[in-house]
Amino acid sequence: MRFLLLFSRQGKLRLQKWFTPVTEREKKKVIREMTLMVLARPPRSSNFLHWRDLKIVYKRYASLYFCCGLEDQDNELLTLEVLHRYVELLDKYFGNVCELDIIFNFEKAYFILDEFLMGGEILETSKTAVGIAMEEAETLQETMEEYMSKPTY
Amino acid sequence: MSPSVRLQEMIRVIRGARTQGEERGVIQRECAAIRAQFRQADNGTRSHNLAKLLYVHMLGYPAHFGQMECVRLIASPRYNEKRVGYLGAMMLLDEKQDASLLITNSIKNDLSHSSQYVQSLALCTLGCMGSAEMCRDLAPEIDRLLRASNSYIKKKAALCAVHIVRKVPELGELFTPASRSLLSEKNHGVLHGAVVLITELCERNPDTLEQFRKAVPELVQIMKGLVMSGYSPEHNVAGISDPFLQVRILRLLRILGRNNDTASDAVNDLLAQVATNTDSSKTAGSAVLYETVLTVMDIKSESGLRVLAVNILGRFLLNNDRNIRYISMTSLQKIVQTDHNAVQRHRGTIVDCLKDQDASVKRRALELSLALVSAVNIRSLMKELLLFLSSCPPELRAHTTSGIFNAAERYAPSQRWHIDTILHVLTTAGGDVRDETVPNLIQLITTATELHCYTVHKLYRALVTDISVQSLVQVACWCIGEYGDLLLRGECEETESVQVAEDDVLDALETVLQSHMSSPATRGFALTATMKLSTRITHNVDRIRSIVSIYGSCIDVELQQRAVEYNALFKKYDHMRAAVLERMPVIDKSSPGHTNGESTGGSIKDMEPTKRTQEVVLPQEPANQVCDLLDLLGGSGEPPQPSPALSTTALGPVSSTAGGDLLDLLGGLDVTPVPPSVIVYEKNGVTLKLQTDKQTDTGMTITLTATNSTDRDITSLTLQAAVPKSVQLQMKAPSGDVIPAHGLGQVTQTVLLNNPNKVSLKMRVRVCYTSQDVVCQDTVQIDSFPSPAW
Repeated sequence: MRFLLLFSRQGKLRLQKWFTPVTEREKKKVIREMTLMVLARPPRSSNFLHWRDLKIVYKRYASLYFCCGLEDQDNELLTLEVLHRYVELLDKYFGNVCELDIIFNFEKAYFILDEFLMGGEILETSKTAVGIAMEEAETLQETMEEYMSKPTY
Repeated sequence: MSPSVRLQEMIRVIRGARTQGEERGVIQRECAAIRAQFRQADNGTRSHNLAKLLYVHMLGYPAHFGQMECVRLIASPRYNEKRVGYLGAMMLLDEKQDASLLITNSIKNDLSHSSQYVQSLALCTLGCMGSAEMCRDLAPEIDRLLRASNSYIKKKAALCAVHIVRKVPELGELFTPASRSLLSEKNHGVLHGAVVLITELCERNPDTLEQFRKAVPELVQIMKGLVMSGYSPEHNVAGISDPFLQVRILRLLRILGRNNDTASDAVNDLLAQVATNTDSSKTAGSAVLYETVLTVMDIKSESGLRVLAVNILGRFLLNNDRNIRYISMTSLQKIVQTDHNAVQRHRGTIVDCLKDQDASVKRRALELSLALVSAVNIRSLMKELLLFLSSCPPELRAHTTSGIFNAAERYAPSQRWHIDTILHVLTTAGGDVRDETVPNLIQLITTATELHCYTVHKLYRALVTDISVQSLVQVACWCIGEYGDLLLRGECEETESVQVAEDDVLDALETVLQSHMSSPATRGFALTATMKLSTRITHNVDRIRSIVSIYGSCIDVELQQRAVEYNALFKKYDHMRAAVLERMPVIDKSSPGHTNGESTGGSIKDMEPTKRTQEVVLPQEPANQVCDLLDLLGGSGEPPQPSPALSTTALGPVSSTAGGDLLDLLGGLDVTPVPPSVIVYEKNGVTLKLQTDKQTDTGMTITLTATNSTDRDITSLTLQAAVPKSVQLQMKAPSGDVIPAHGLGQVTQTVLLNNPNKVSLKMRVRVCYTSQDVVCQDTVQIDSFPSPAW
């Protein structure tokens, strides 16, 4: 996978993850073209597109479009499953996730993504493992915070 | 948590902004505040400020001033600050920024941290944006983590190693031993990471590939376990147990089994098992089946398995889900070359997909249909393709037209069908065809001699209907010019006869000439066609004369030049007009003049009177062997005969050959050695000698001299030459075409050869002459050239 983008129906970016080094200008260009291409698709069309030398897979969940750029040897149908799994993980974490959750807690969305994918490849295939890791990291964070806010004697 | 509310508050405020300007104002204020906060000492809010900055960055505003803050936060001992710091590093820093090097040390320390979550942060960041230097520095650490840690870290280390191998392939050897042992892990995450790592190593290094072939049985075992295992709640997706891992293992097996019989054999059973046992009602199952099919087609599998794979693809093709149909066509495209017959069986469904609403599916169906065209199905398939062309989306039109042309060229059942098809395409989508179409079509028409009448009638009708499609108009003009007499004769077996008057034809051509829709090239075609008609019609020659003279003052330089030359042809050289404008010989397909797709119609095709210093540049031979030169000369690549005739008779004193000049130069010296010349042809009293005037590293100049020892003059002498492919040939004008008898005079012609690739020079010369009222023609091959005078 080269990149993963989330954007709304109006074309506003909600999450971007780049798995290869890309310049800022190129990133903006790709984002613009992806939003244009994906938003222009009629409702019941197939989820696959071709752009430059990449295969683009996108899926719409409520008001958010999840869009990835794949290389030639990647399996498109499996990528649909990957996107679905990510949505499921978000759903589990936030409890009935909606776009606002991702807007206001974007850093959490990134942390979940980093537990699920790394370098464009799947890191963890188990549904429960990601959730457990997130919980433990949260407790670690809270512990640290409590520790820091405790007055020193 | 109270501090985080400030981030959310900011987001709320930004979203509340009603206009772009208001939003910009809010963000500027916030950025100023964040910058101020960064400058202050540590006060516990740094991570939230950075988080705010990252949000602003995602909206598209510049955030580079946060880079150093990321570095500072990563070095902080607090987990929440580290977390946000690493996130910022992944978003704001990439390997091109200098600041990224600064975090190398922090990452190194964090890789040995006591908390696995801190370790995982470091691994994640390294695996996401690690530069080549960072990777080289930290690779041993990663290797250590691969061997001796818990599965949570192991899986992350594995994917981090994948990134390192991608960045610095030489480090792959470092990870090979560790990755081998990872295959025995039970944890799916680790297993998945291991398989990805091994795939990456094998793809980059053939020795590693050899090594890992021994792991095939182990992989088969794992895969079998997954396929046959019962329900596992943790990994189950729509009835398939861990499809992600299954797909990756299949991909690895594909790489290991490629071009290797033993590995492929070991995998055959497994693939059959997976293909039959996987439930494909949901996407997950289809994904696994898809990967299986790809693997079957790529390795050396037995034929039964291949048939099974193609059948699976056929089943996919009938699936209701558009995605699955798309996927199946993509896969069929890959195998259509090797398993052509198997794919042919599904041709009907594929052609139906041409009518699908979805643009992606249409594109795939088009590619596949073009690949399936064969001599057997050409007629029916072409009907479908032409139907498709009339309703296809604009972005596919150019591709469709070129595909149709290629298919028609290869499998046309008859010439008439071929011409009809091309004409149909031109009328439907003439604006999207490639430039070579016009010369190609013209060449085709000239070869179909029986159909000239039919073709010109049809084209005339098309021209009268519509003159907006340039390619069609160009071809029509050319044909009317060439075969105008057939058009005016009226009768034609193939179509119903229509009486066409000379005035009508001239009207049509004039409309094209004057229309604002015609491109300059088209107008050139029309003018030349009008000129050609002057020899083919009887009554309206004056009209043609006046048309031509009008364009003598046209603004377009090309048209003006043509008109002036045609005028000259009318006035001064009227005796030659018939010869110059006579019908062209059949154009040989193999000559490169035919592929010269200039939009001016190709100067070789269009019969332009030659200019003063005639330089006949003959085409290069298409094939590598010298023996193919014969085909070239036999096929008369271009109509050169009138041109040298024109140059020698119309022009007065011809520029003397370089050979002659050379001798004059040498005459000035005291000692004038005669350059050695070789007799290359001697027959019927005609002797042709060759001498090398000048030879450099990349070329030579030679002079051909013809003498006549009979007692009658030899007339109409022409010399033509052909050379190997990479050599360029230029023949200067001959000194004359009559060789006086009794050796009293000679004809010389200079030839310049340019040989940039320094191939061995060979040349074939064709000599044509009339001796004692008998036309003779001979070809002689010259394999070695004499050395020059100095």
